[in-house]
Amino acid sequence: MSLLPEGLPAPAPQPDGLDRPYWDAARRHRLMAQRCNACGAWQWAPEWICHACRSFEIGWAEVPGNGRIFSWQRVWHPVHPALVGAVPYVVVLVELPGADGIRMIGNLAGDPRAPVEIGAEVEPLFEDHAQHTLVQWRRTP
Amino acid sequence: MSTRTLRGRVAVAGVGESEYTKRGEAKEPEFVLGLRAILAGCADAGIDPREVDGFASYSNDRNEPSRIAAALDCRELRFSNMQWGGGGGGGSAAVANGAAAIATGLADVVVVYRALAQGQFGRFGAGARRERVSGEPAFWLPYGLMSPAQMFAMRAMRLMHEHGIRQEAFRAVALASYRHAQSNPRAVMYGRPLSAEQYDASRWIAEPFHLYDCCLENDGAAALVLVSAERARDLRHPPVYLLGAAQGSERRAGAGSHNNPDYATASFKTVAPRMYEMAGVRPADVDVVQSYENFTGGVVMSLVEHGFFGYEEANEFCTLDNFSAPAGKLPLNTSGGNLAECYMHGLELQLEAVRQIRGHSTAQVPGARVALVASGPMVTPVSDMLVGSEAAL
Repeated sequence: MSLLPEGLPAPAPQPDGLDRPYWDAARRHRLMAQRCNACGAWQWAPEWICHACRSFEIGWAEVPGNGRIFSWQRVWHPVHPALVGAVPYVVVLVELPGADGIRMIGNLAGDPRAPVEIGAEVEPLFEDHAQHTLVQWRRTP
Repeated sequence: MSTRTLRGRVAVAGVGESEYTKRGEAKEPEFVLGLRAILAGCADAGIDPREVDGFASYSNDRNEPSRIAAALDCRELRFSNMQWGGGGGGGSAAVANGAAAIATGLADVVVVYRALAQGQFGRFGAGARRERVSGEPAFWLPYGLMSPAQMFAMRAMRLMHEHGIRQEAFRAVALASYRHAQSNPRAVMYGRPLSAEQYDASRWIAEPFHLYDCCLENDGAAALVLVSAERARDLRHPPVYLLGAAQGSERRAGAGSHNNPDYATASFKTVAPRMYEMAGVRPADVDVVQSYENFTGGVVMSLVEHGFFGYEEANEFCTLDNFSAPAGKLPLNTSGGNLAECYMHGLELQLEAVRQIRGHSTAQVPGARVALVASGPMVTPVSDMLVGSEAAL
């Protein structure tokens, strides 16, 4: 069961291929992010050039370790028809210390009314849909 | 004196707006609202609209200068300018761009305008209805992160976490806007006061934002008429001089998907010092502040980044009394602004700054000589500007 109802915009890889490795990896339940082949810097969101060294030889690598909640929000007002009746839900901004602290966005599993603590450790939770897989987050046990 | 400055070279000669209404209640099409605001600004300045030879706007305003110039029979179009990116963060930049055109001889009479009828073209606050999404929005829309409030809530939450800033600081921003709107007959929320109790009891939109932390969605248009300082001295009103302006953002502010290194920022940390330097003004010289409120938390960030108080002082400083005209320490958003006058995408704030310097505000700060406008916190690029009276030069 997904954290949010079906009917929200479904992600598709960019036609130019920039983020395809991320979505393909998520489908295989792997969390990948950009990593520069030249200098080793991690980068998110995806870009065609490494911001740290200006190399165009930018690759992809699996993100090691878990994440930490960097910030969060609890959404109460549904702005999309699919979300009516699905509030509240929690959106988290997750920092990945194993990947230069890049940040990713997802929903937090568990009781959406429970307190959320910045700094809490979370792990990815791969949520399969018919055509795509979302990367969600859950508190580590 | 360096010629690389706008200080004292250009003045606002006229301001005008259409009727401000709730979303969907405008009696006329958006383009007509825009024309009415521009004509009102020209009438206020005492300038024949046919003399207008330049236009500057922001946030991809739909109403193109060439169409406006043809409609008004402007003798010649010499400057047609759009500030690129940042949405409402472009308001002060549009004024600066127009002023730069005048200062460098590209145009003589520049209208800065914004026409926006959300009732006719869709709400800013509605979530995207697309079935598929690709590109950067694919990293947030599928997670129900879809509206401007949601886009900025996590920055405000991080601000509260990093600096211990409390909800009451945000509340004071909302209360000040509503208090000032009660003396402003133009305001959409005129006659609809807000109490601290009502704020506390209001529903959450996205924590940490209550309903009243969020800007309105309205229909209307606003315009300012800029001319050279020399020309302004012969017109109807005492000139309101542009003292300084800046735009931009800090390093990697535009990193995708909330990866800007300095996250809990309004993006004024590098911009505000440049504006103050051009103006030769210090924060203590500012008499009244108009600070764009997309969401109240961003206003608190803006005020800190403009040097009015430190993070550690924010809870103590951000009170309704301190933010209230006429006698507060830092009168804020004295027309009601985006929260309670009209969400004119912030340009109503520039008009209010001019009115304060003229002494014509409905919540006048006695003897105001220097007014700040800070446009569009938490976006990139942002922009800001200082205006002042002859006495401030």
